[in-house]
Amino acid sequence: MKAATGARRAVKFRWTWFDIFNSALLLCLMVVTLYPFANMAAVSLNEAVDTTLGSNFIWPRAFTLYNYEVILKDSIIYHAFMISVLRTVIGTVTSVFCTAMLAYTLSRPEFMLRGAISLLFVLTMYFSGGLIPVYMLIKSMGLTNSFWVYIIPGLVGAFNLIVMRSFIEGLPESLVESAKIDGANDFGIFIRIILPLCMPAIATVSLFVAVGQWNNWFDTFLYNSSNVQLSTLQYELLKKLQSANMSIGSSATSAFLNNQNADANQVTPTSMRAAITMLATLPILFVYPFLQKYFVKGMTLGGVKE
Amino acid sequence: MELKVHRPAVKPRAGRTAVLWKRIKQQKLLLLMSVPFVGYVFIFNYMPLWGWLMAFQNYKLGTSIMNNEWVGLTHFRELFQDEMFIQVLRNTLAMSVINLVFGFVSSITLALMLNEVRKLLFKRFVQTISYLPHFISWVVAANLIMTVFSLDGVVNAVLLQLNIIKEPILLLSEPKAFWWMIGISNVWKEVGWNAIIYLAAMAMINPSLYEAAEIDGAGRFRKMWSITLPSMVPLIAILLIMNIGRLLDAGFEQQYLLMNTMVVDYAETIDIYVLKYGINLSRYSFATAAGIFKSVICIILLVSANQLAKRMGHSRLF
Repeated sequence: MKAATGARRAVKFRWTWFDIFNSALLLCLMVVTLYPFANMAAVSLNEAVDTTLGSNFIWPRAFTLYNYEVILKDSIIYHAFMISVLRTVIGTVTSVFCTAMLAYTLSRPEFMLRGAISLLFVLTMYFSGGLIPVYMLIKSMGLTNSFWVYIIPGLVGAFNLIVMRSFIEGLPESLVESAKIDGANDFGIFIRIILPLCMPAIATVSLFVAVGQWNNWFDTFLYNSSNVQLSTLQYELLKKLQSANMSIGSSATSAFLNNQNADANQVTPTSMRAAITMLATLPILFVYPFLQKYFVKGMTLGGVKE
Repeated sequence: MELKVHRPAVKPRAGRTAVLWKRIKQQKLLLLMSVPFVGYVFIFNYMPLWGWLMAFQNYKLGTSIMNNEWVGLTHFRELFQDEMFIQVLRNTLAMSVINLVFGFVSSITLALMLNEVRKLLFKRFVQTISYLPHFISWVVAANLIMTVFSLDGVVNAVLLQLNIIKEPILLLSEPKAFWWMIGISNVWKEVGWNAIIYLAAMAMINPSLYEAAEIDGAGRFRKMWSITLPSMVPLIAILLIMNIGRLLDAGFEQQYLLMNTMVVDYAETIDIYVLKYGINLSRYSFATAAGIFKSVICIILLVSANQLAKRMGHSRLF
C-alpha cells in the first residue's frame, strides 16, 4: 500500500511540459506585478542626479538615503504621515469594535430586531445616495474641516458586518447559553467570550478597514483639502503626482537640473515622489502577507451573502 | 434547547403591548448595543436619499430643501441635451465593458493556472505576490503606472528594443489608447484578488470527478474544460449579475488619477462629471440629477440581470 502511494506521488510530481509552461507564465506574472514596485524602491534609494540619467533599474546604482531624509524633514509630509497613522489606528479600532458588537447582536436568534437591522445594512450595498447629497450632508453636519470625517462616516460597513456575523454564527451556541446560565449579560458575553474567539474575523476586518483608511485620499480631497493640518500622506502624494502630470511630455527632471549645479545632495521631484510612494506602500507590505490566511477565509465568508 | 421549547406560553390575557414590553426588557442590552447603529446607518446611508429632491429644484447652498423653487425635470432634460454627458456616458460604458471582460477572463485564467500548480509553496508565493497591488491605493498605483509608461519607462524601452516602435510614445496621452490602459491597469491591480473567490470554489470541487475523468483518459486541458469550468458556472453567473449592476460604475479614482488634458475626452466618467459640476462648479441640483440617473440605471440593471439568472435556472443574488 505504502509503495503504491509512493509510486503515485512520484508520478504526480513529474514535470510535464504543461507544468513548465504554467510555472513560466506565473513567473512572468510575478515579474510584471513586482517590477513597478522594485523600480520605485530602487529610484527612491538612488541619488537623484544619477536617476536623471535613466531610471529603468531595480537595484540602486548610487545608493543614498538622502531622498527619505528630505521627505521626513519636510514638515508637511511628516505631519501628513502622522495624520495617516492616526486615522488608521483610531479608525480601525473604533470600526472593528462597533462592527463586532453589532454583528454579535445580529447573530442572536432571539433578538427581535435581527432581521430588520440586517436588511437595513444589506440594502446599503445596492444603492447609495450619491456624491453630492452625501457631501451636502457631511457639510451640514459640520464634519468638514475636521478629523472626525475620517472616522465617523465609515464606522460600520455592510460587507464587514456580514463577514463578522457569519463568523460569530459559526461559533458553538452552547458558549453563549452556558454563560447566560452563569448569569452573564449580553455585553459581558460579547466582551469576554465572543470577542476573544473572533480573532480570525477581527484580523480580516481590521485589515480591510486599516487598508481603506490608510489608502483613502478622496475624503481628504473632498472635505479637508483647505486645511493642511488635516492632510494625509496619500493626499500629499496626489498633489505631487498632479504637478508631475502637468508637465507630462516635457522632462521635468532635466528642466530642473538645467537650473541647478549638479550635486550629489540634491533631490528632484521624481526622487521625492518615489520616496513618498514607498512611504505609502511599506506599511501595507509589512502587514498583509501575515494576514493572508485570514482574509482569504473572510473573502469566501463575505462572498456568501444572504 | 429543551428548555426553550417548553417555555410556558404567555397568558392569553396579557395584551400584545405587554408581551412586547417584556421582550424589550429582556433584550434591553441587545437593543442598547444595536439601536445606535440604526441611527447611524439611517443618517449616513438613508438621509442622502432625501437629498435627491435637490435634483428637481434649483438648490442654493445654505437654504433648506423645502424652501427652494421646484423646476420639475428641467435638469434631467438639460442633462440629456448636454453633449458632454453623452460623451461621458459613452466613456463609462466602454471602460465598464472592457473592465468586465478583462476582469473576468484574467481572474478565471489566473485561478485555473494556480489551481494546476502542484507545488504548494510556489502556489502560496505567487498568490501572496498577486494580492499586493490590491492593497495599495490608486494614488500609489497611478504613480507606478505612470512611471512604467513614461517616455523613459520600461514599457517604451522594451518596445524599442523589440523594434515594435521607432520612437518612445506616451501611451497614457493617446486618446484612443486610454480605455485599454484603464483596462490593463485594473487587471494589474485586481487580478490576484479577484482570483481568490474562484480558487475557493475550485477547492470545493469533488476530487472523485477528476479521478473518474482520469480513468476515462482525460488530459489536463480536458479536465479543466469539462470539470473545473462547468463547476464554476453558478459562481460566475452570480458574480456577473453583481457586476452588471455596476455597469455605470466604471470606477472613478483610476480615471481621475491617470488622465491628463490630452485624453480628457475619453477619460471622464459619470462620477468625474458629477464631481466637476457638483463640487467644482457648485451646480448641486444638476449634478444630483446626473447621480440619480446613474443610481436608477444601476438598480434597473441589477434587477433585470437577477431576473434573467432566475429564468436561466442559475443561483441569484436576491
